[in-house]
Formats: sequence, structure tokens, C-alpha cells
Amino acid sequence: MADAALTGHDDHAKPGFFTRWFMSTNHKDIGVLYLIVSGIAGFISVAFTVYMRLELMEPGVQYMCLEGARLTAAAIGECTPNGHLWNVLITGHGILMMFFVVIPALFGGFGNYFMPLHIGAPDMAFPRLNNLSFWLFFAGTTLAVASVLAPGGNGQAGSGVGWVLYPPLSVNEGGMSMDLAIFAVHVSGASSILGAINIITTFLNMRAPGMTLHKVPLFAWSIFVTAWLILLALPVLAGAITMLLTDRNFGTTFFDPAGGGDPVLYQHILWFFGHPEVYIVILPAFGIVSHIVATFSRKPIFGYLPMVYAMVAIGALGFVVWAHHMYTVGMSLSQQAYFMIATMIIAVPTGVKIFSWIATIWGGSISFRTPMLFAMGFIFLFTVGGVTGIVLSQAGIDRAYHDTYYVVAHFHYVMSLGAVFGIFAGIYYWIGKMSGRQYPEWAGKLHFWTFFIGTNITFFPQHFLGNQGMPRRYIDYPEAFAYWNQISSYGAFLSFASFLFFIGIVAYTLVAGRKIKEADYWGEYADTLEWTLPNPPPEHTFEQLPTRDMWDKQPGH
Amino acid sequence: MAGAKNHDYHILPPSVWPFVGSVGGFVMLFGAVLWMHGSGPYLFGMGFVAVLFTMYAWWADVIRESHAGDHTPVVQIGLRYGFIFFIMSEVMFFAAWFWSFFKHTIYPMNEYVGSTYVPPVFYQVDPLHLPLINTLILLLSGAAVTWSHHALVHGGPRRDVEHGLLAAVILGIVFTFFQAYEYHYLLVDQDWSFSGDKFFANFFMATGFHGVHVIIGTIFLFICYLRVRAGHFTAERHIGFEAAAWYWHFVDVVWLFLFFAVYIWGL
Repeated sequence: MADAALTGHDDHAKPGFFTRWFMSTNHKDIGVLYLIVSGIAGFISVAFTVYMRLELMEPGVQYMCLEGARLTAAAIGECTPNGHLWNVLITGHGILMMFFVVIPALFGGFGNYFMPLHIGAPDMAFPRLNNLSFWLFFAGTTLAVASVLAPGGNGQAGSGVGWVLYPPLSVNEGGMSMDLAIFAVHVSGASSILGAINIITTFLNMRAPGMTLHKVPLFAWSIFVTAWLILLALPVLAGAITMLLTDRNFGTTFFDPAGGGDPVLYQHILWFFGHPEVYIVILPAFGIVSHIVATFSRKPIFGYLPMVYAMVAIGALGFVVWAHHMYTVGMSLSQQAYFMIATMIIAVPTGVKIFSWIATIWGGSISFRTPMLFAMGFIFLFTVGGVTGIVLSQAGIDRAYHDTYYVVAHFHYVMSLGAVFGIFAGIYYWIGKMSGRQYPEWAGKLHFWTFFIGTNITFFPQHFLGNQGMPRRYIDYPEAFAYWNQISSYGAFLSFASFLFFIGIVAYTLVAGRKIKEADYWGEYADTLEWTLPNPPPEHTFEQLPTRDMWDKQPGH
Repeated sequence: MAGAKNHDYHILPPSVWPFVGSVGGFVMLFGAVLWMHGSGPYLFGMGFVAVLFTMYAWWADVIRESHAGDHTPVVQIGLRYGFIFFIMSEVMFFAAWFWSFFKHTIYPMNEYVGSTYVPPVFYQVDPLHLPLINTLILLLSGAAVTWSHHALVHGGPRRDVEHGLLAAVILGIVFTFFQAYEYHYLLVDQDWSFSGDKFFANFFMATGFHGVHVIIGTIFLFICYLRVRAGHFTAERHIGFEAAAWYWHFVDVVWLFLFFAVYIWGL
């Protein structure tokens, strides 16, 4: 192999702990930091939901009591429901997952680590700025957690306004908690924008010699498209939440009808960001899945160019469909018709991707290793979520489904089961490359199956609950919804157990996993540039730029 | 030592500024929340100073690296890309404020069925008076930057480079002064207020954020002026100057939109 020449000299002095992890200008170390912190934020966020599912397991309120939150069920009559705590938990779960778990893990973590490797760049275009992105993300996470604990509405800690921060609720919520949440989103937005600037510049300016745009690996493409969405959508959100901040603290009336303002305006601006946001969340997972499907089917990806332009189309269309989140606010019929049609059109490029993955698998020599299981789980579950998305895109049907558990089921299928499966797939695919140690295959498979079954038991019954008319965001429900809620809670516990098991797998792998020597341990169809590097890659990679024969494999052509 | 390096990209040594700046940013915003809830501006001030210091130290490092020859042609292309994308994100930030302005102007709340909102009657600014003067000042300032830029690129006298930049900076300061005068006039001598109506909210937040950008751009140009005096720029290498000029033109264009929308149409 050309590894030795590639990675060159080891004459750098080994940096100290503080220098390496706090002052880093190394895209791989920063990517690892992103993954670790988003994992911690993810654990907090998941713990919230398990507690919420515990509360929803039985009708009535048994755990979230004004007398004090408890872990054992209270006897009848001993518990005054604490709706504020419930609202704080759903808000915290949403904000953490949206801004501090999924984007940082996929875009910050894998994007930082593997996008430069895929294009054969020695690092990012602005390595120092890259570290600023990470530390701003960390500062934002701290502000978000502080927001949950700070004095908030109803004389209690935290804000219970939902992650979308709709006024008038968010304007009237008392205490500092809401302001901390707003700043948390500002800071994480700044972090993501700086990251996006860095990624776009790296992608355009630092590709390996000969790597034209139509030869860039799909994961790098997915990160590039995601970066554009972040660059153009997040500043708009920053404007909207600045308006919230001044409405709250300085008496402006952007969203207050008494002063001629309009709360629906906030919804428009928020969702102009919010819809691209859901593609920001899912596009990197598309990229990861494309590589995994090709690797484990032992076939090149089917329809590379359509795959690229499908992502570009999804990204572009994502900017013009936002109001399908707000069919019930009283828009005119023609507006609703437009947003309905535009939304349905997104199914076309998405279909291109789904069918191209299937065509890649078709006739392949498939090996069902853990990354492949997660990738196939992703394709199946994302398709389910996509189909319910088409249902919800109908303005007429949305009249009935709006703010019901059907919507909860839909977006958890695309995000919790889509993006999160993408993250797990990426971790199993690359953990050997990143750490030099391989996870135990049986444990990965056990994690997959418990997680697959657990999340489906959690979220599939929520379609039924939505059909029955159970509304979102309530701490309690009538007896009629009890059956499926109980099953959904069991699923959540199984998923959580599976998640704990996953943490154990990662810990075991990092400490005692089997050392893995060969560079391309997934075989010849893992043909992007990271598979030419040792495990783990040295501190500096591609100081000798890769030559064309290293990446331009075109297997099967 | 890095004998194996065979590319022109810029690989940076570790730096403490991102960490310091983020801690400063955290302290600043946490302090801002405390300040808004009545605990005094001290924590905010400390964070703000930390952020400003980080900016100074960081960009001083960048200039030092530029002198050390780290900014090869390909790195210069990257720096240009990066700054253009930064301006694009700024444009989208202003999109939110214009969105709010256009919504409230085209679909005012008092035309909604059942609305009890009555738009207040307040003093009307003559857009062709001070606002037009300010428009001309800002455009003239942009022209001065271009004068300076051309003198630099085409090897004109260094005096022209300096004078053009200085003129741009002074015109920027005059613009800010006139804006402050206008705010003072409207808020103190006339019946305007910051709060209470969506028109004031849109007017002050949109023009206010523009004003902040004018101040930032003025500082940016002034730094360029100092750097010209120190002999930093050549006809081929002046990324900092170019970035400042682009930023200044971006501020110009936002003002033109503000002038036509908020002042001429809105009032």
C-alpha cells in the first residue's frame, strides 16, 4: 500500500491533552469531539423521552407530580399533575435533538471527519474556524441545558413552549429560561453557519487533483448540499428568534396583534428555516447509506449522477414548501394548493434515491453486517416515514391529522428512525477506521435488532393513536387511548435498553475491541479514499495529495 | 520539518482562540440574559471584551500568517470563497427582517377580518430629506472604496489608496452620525418610540441591524487603512482589502433596499 508514503513523517511532537482536544485544528479530532458531545446531548435528550413514555404508559398522571417528579408510580390521589414539567421535557427533547444531536453528529461529526478524506483534502479550508464551530456548538449545548434548569414559566424551572418556540406562548413564558433557549439556538446556528462556510469552501477548493464535481463521492456531495441549506436557512431563523427576543424583552410587537404584529408571521419565518432543517438532518444520512449499500452489496452505487442531482433537487425544493407545516393557520386555498403540490413533488427525487438504493442492492452479493442492517433499516423506515409524509402533505387530510400522534409517528419515522439509523450505520461502518478497533459483530447485530424492533413498537402504534385522534403534546389522555400508548411505552423501554447496550458496545470497542489492521476492511467496494489510510488514520492525512488511481475506481465499468 | 507536504493548502498549528472566543461568547450571552432580567451588565461586559480580544488576536494571527507566506494562491481563493459565503448568510439574515417588513406593509393587521388593531398616527419622515442624503453619503463612500481599490490594483499612487479609504471611513462615520441624529430626532423630538407598534419594531430593528453592519464595515475599512499605512497590501495580494470592500458594498445594497422599502414605501 501507499500508506507509508501517503501519511509520511511522524516527526511531529505529540501534542499534549489540552493542545490536542481544546486547541485543535485537525478535522479528524474535531469530528471526534462533535460525535462525543452530540452523543452526550443525545443521551440527555433520550432520557427525557423515556421519562415521558413512562408517564404516558398509563392514563392519568403518576410520575410528573407537582409534589416532585418521581420514578415510581404515585398512588391515586397522591399526585397533582405537573404539566409544566412535561412541556419542558418535550421542548428540551426537540431543541436538543434538532440542534444539538443530529446535525452535530452527522454534519459536524461525520462531515468533519470524512468529507475532507473523501475528497482527498489534507484538512478543512479553515481549520481554526472549524474548531470555533465545535466550541460554539459546545457553548450552545451548555446554554440549552442551562435553559432547562434555569427559572422559567409557571414559577418552575425550564420553558414549556415546544421546540418551534411559537409566540405568543414563547413571548409570554416567564423567567430567563426562554432567553437562554433563544441564545442557545443563536449560538448553535452561528456554529452551523461557520461550519457550512468551511465545508462549502473545502468542497469547492480542495478536491484531489482530477476529482471533478461529477466524481466526488456521494457522502461528500450530501454534506455539500447540507451545507448550502444551513448557510441559507439558519440566518433566517436567527432573525426570527431575534424578533422573539426583542418582543420578550424590549417591547417590540413583531408577533403581538395588539401592536399590529402577527404570530403567524413567526410560523412562516420559522418554517422557512424549519423545512430545510429536516433535509439538513436527513441528507447526510442519505450519503452514508449510499456508501454502505454499495459496499455490502459488492456493487457500485446505481445511478450516481441521478443520486447527486436528487439531493440537489431535494435541497432546492426544501426551500419552497415550508407552509405545509401550517395548513391550519387560515391560509388561502390557493396557498394551500401550492404548498401541497410543491410538497408532493419532493417525493420524486426522494423516490429516485430509494429506488437507486434498491437497484444497488438488487442482484448484489449482499453481506448482512451491522452497517448494512442499519442502512437497510434506514431505507425501509425512511420509506414508511416518507409515505406518511405524502399523506400529511394533503391539506385536506391534514385538517384531521394536524397536531395528532400521526404527525409524531411520521416525523419520528423519518428522523428518529431515519437520521438516527443513519448515525448508527455510520458509526458501525467507520468505527474501525476511526479507532483502529472493530466492534463485535454479534453485539452490533443484537443492537440492530433490539433497536429496530423497539423503535417500531414505539412509533408504529402512534399512527393508530393519531388515527384515533389523540393530540400531541399532552401529559395525559383518556382511557380510550390506553392500549396503544402502553405498547408504545414498552417499545421505548426496549429502544432505551438497546441504546444503553450500544453505549456499552462503543465503550468495549474503544477499550478492548479487536485490533484491525487492513486498511480497506470492508472489501474492495468500500473504495473511497479513507479506505487507503491506516486504522486509525495518522494525525495528518494526504500531505502527499492522493493520485487519481487511488480514488477513481469505477468498479464494474 | 514538514518535508513530506506537497500541497499548497494551509495546515494550521493548534490555536487557543476558538476555545477562548467560545467561552467569551457563552459568558457574553449568559450575561446578556442576566442583564435583561435585571442583574447588571457586568458579566455581559466581560464576555464582550473576551470576544473582542479574541477577534483582535485571531485576526492578528491571520495577518502574521499572511506575511509568513502561508496564503498561497489556492488559499487565497479559499479565503475569497469563505467571505462570499459569509456575506450570503448575512443576506439571508436580512431576509428575515425584510420578510417581516413586507408582510406587515402588504397585509397590515387592521385589514384582517375581526381585527381591532388601529394603526397609530405618527410623524412622517420625508424620505427625500435626511434619508436621501444618507443614501448619497453611503454610495459616495462605496465609490471612494472603489477609487482606493483601483489605485491599489492598477499601481496608482499609494496616496490615492490611503485617501480613498480614509474618505470611505469618514463618510461611514458621517452616515452613522446622521442615523443616530435621526433616531434621536424621531424618538425625542417627535412622537416615535421603539416599542408598541409593528412599524417601529420593523423600522428600528431593520435600520438598527443595518447600522450595526455599517459600524462593523467602517471598522473593517479603518483596519485596512491602517494596514495600507503599514504597507501590507500589494496589487496582487490584498484579500483583507477585498473582503472589506465586498462587505461595504453589501452594506450599501442593504441600505438601498431599506431606503426604497422602509423609507419611501413604508412611510
